[in-house]
Amino acid sequence: MYLLLADWLLTLIEKFVLIAVIVTTALIVAMYSTYAERKIAAFLQDRVGPNRAGPFGLLQPLADGVKLFMKEEIIPLTSSRFLFILGPMLAMITATMTSAVIPWGSTIDIAGRVVPLQIADINIGVLYIFGVVSLGVYGIMIGGWASNNKFSLLAAVRGASQMISYELAMGLSLLAVLLIVGDLRMSVIVNHQMAHGWNVFYQPLGFLIFFVCALAECNRTPFDLPEAENELNFGYHQEYSSMKLGFYLFAEYINMFISGVVMATLFFGGYDIPFFNEAAHAGTWWVGLLGFLCLMTKAALSIFLFMWIRWTIPRFRFDQLMNLGWRGLLPLALINMLITAAVVLWLNTK
Amino acid sequence: MQSLTNRNQQVERKPMTFAERLYLPSIFKGMAITFSHLFKKTPTIRYPEQKRSFSAVFRGLHILNRDEEGRERCTACGLCAVACPAEAITMEAAERQPGEEHLYREEKYAAKYEVNMLRCIFCGLCEEACPKDAVYLSQTFAPSNYARQGFIYGKEELLIPNPVTQPEEYAKAKGAVGKDIK
Repeated sequence: MYLLLADWLLTLIEKFVLIAVIVTTALIVAMYSTYAERKIAAFLQDRVGPNRAGPFGLLQPLADGVKLFMKEEIIPLTSSRFLFILGPMLAMITATMTSAVIPWGSTIDIAGRVVPLQIADINIGVLYIFGVVSLGVYGIMIGGWASNNKFSLLAAVRGASQMISYELAMGLSLLAVLLIVGDLRMSVIVNHQMAHGWNVFYQPLGFLIFFVCALAECNRTPFDLPEAENELNFGYHQEYSSMKLGFYLFAEYINMFISGVVMATLFFGGYDIPFFNEAAHAGTWWVGLLGFLCLMTKAALSIFLFMWIRWTIPRFRFDQLMNLGWRGLLPLALINMLITAAVVLWLNTK
Repeated sequence: MQSLTNRNQQVERKPMTFAERLYLPSIFKGMAITFSHLFKKTPTIRYPEQKRSFSAVFRGLHILNRDEEGRERCTACGLCAVACPAEAITMEAAERQPGEEHLYREEKYAAKYEVNMLRCIFCGLCEEACPKDAVYLSQTFAPSNYARQGFIYGKEELLIPNPVTQPEEYAKAKGAVGKDIK
């Protein structure tokens, strides 16, 4: 009985430590994504970028954070106060919540205890991610609506319709992956890729669709219509100031990081180290760490890709956006799923 | 219709090909172009540390010149103030007292010499008007300031360091002028 309780307590502590580490990592990565964004934008445009705060401007995110904290907090009189505050909170919470089901590495052996580097290995992992990501639109919707400003409202409507349209194609492209793997559990998806090769080689079209949809879900250029600095005056967060604005901007970068990690997990083998047989060294701490670093590298590469695209391609027009989503990606994803299903069925009955 | 120039081109309105409608090839092309810029040299001049060199005829802030013995050249004749189209120069003359020969080159000197850098248009007419080679426009330009008063430069800002007592500073200031001064 006591042993059971001790084990239960240890698990609790272990999970809390894991949550703290992962959320902190996500926040730090998001912080330095802002720096990376500015640097990459600068390099792509033959500029230098922030280089004053610290060596190479490395302390710039801290300076930005302090600046945001020190700014005056303004809540417009005509806004609905409760929802106005709820908006950025929701955006932030949903952004960090997705990290719960992602396997950040294999297992680590700590004093005879096998600790999996995943907060919750639930059997509906992928569905959970989708559910939380769809909740993310409420942050934008509520913030935009509560601001009581026509630009913000327009942006919120745009954001909602965009998210809904692209979620369909995203889900369908993911279904093809699930058909191959046969399980919704994130850890099973990773293990399957370790054994059979990365999903991106089986599902190149599915990955392309997923990637485009991920861009749209993160409200990144060329799908940044809800923000659209130059036509909607920053869209849904126009009325926001101080750290509430900071939360919105931050949530966007966390979303970007998480979607990079999700893409790495679903299509690029997660914490799988390429050209290396982990099974031979299973359980040793450095394999777990190396796997985690590998996942982070994959995520960083996809963040770079996101930024690279942002500073290359101009924004879509709204009708083009809807056209691409409903008449382009959705049928493509459907065909992709049908073909995959047929092939899987044929292989299984053979 | 007859065209106004020979440079006009007929706009093509034929439907896009399949590759063009896919957009992806052109997107990859664009991304390749932006990627190549990652390795390009930046033309940025990191300002406070690095400074752009101006041409030899650049007209920046004024300096009041001294002769080789360190005496002020200005005699407060007022020709620069007359020449100034922006009326930026104000001066007050004074008579040199016995014993001040090492300070002022001639019997009359400027007790007060002010240039309002906000009025100044840096045309260089004062430099051309000066018969005594006393005023020159250097290669430095006006730094920022919080108050208007700070832009009115008096003799302490304008005078070049004394070549006899402060040779190093003098050489530096002379270098900043960037042109041959007497």
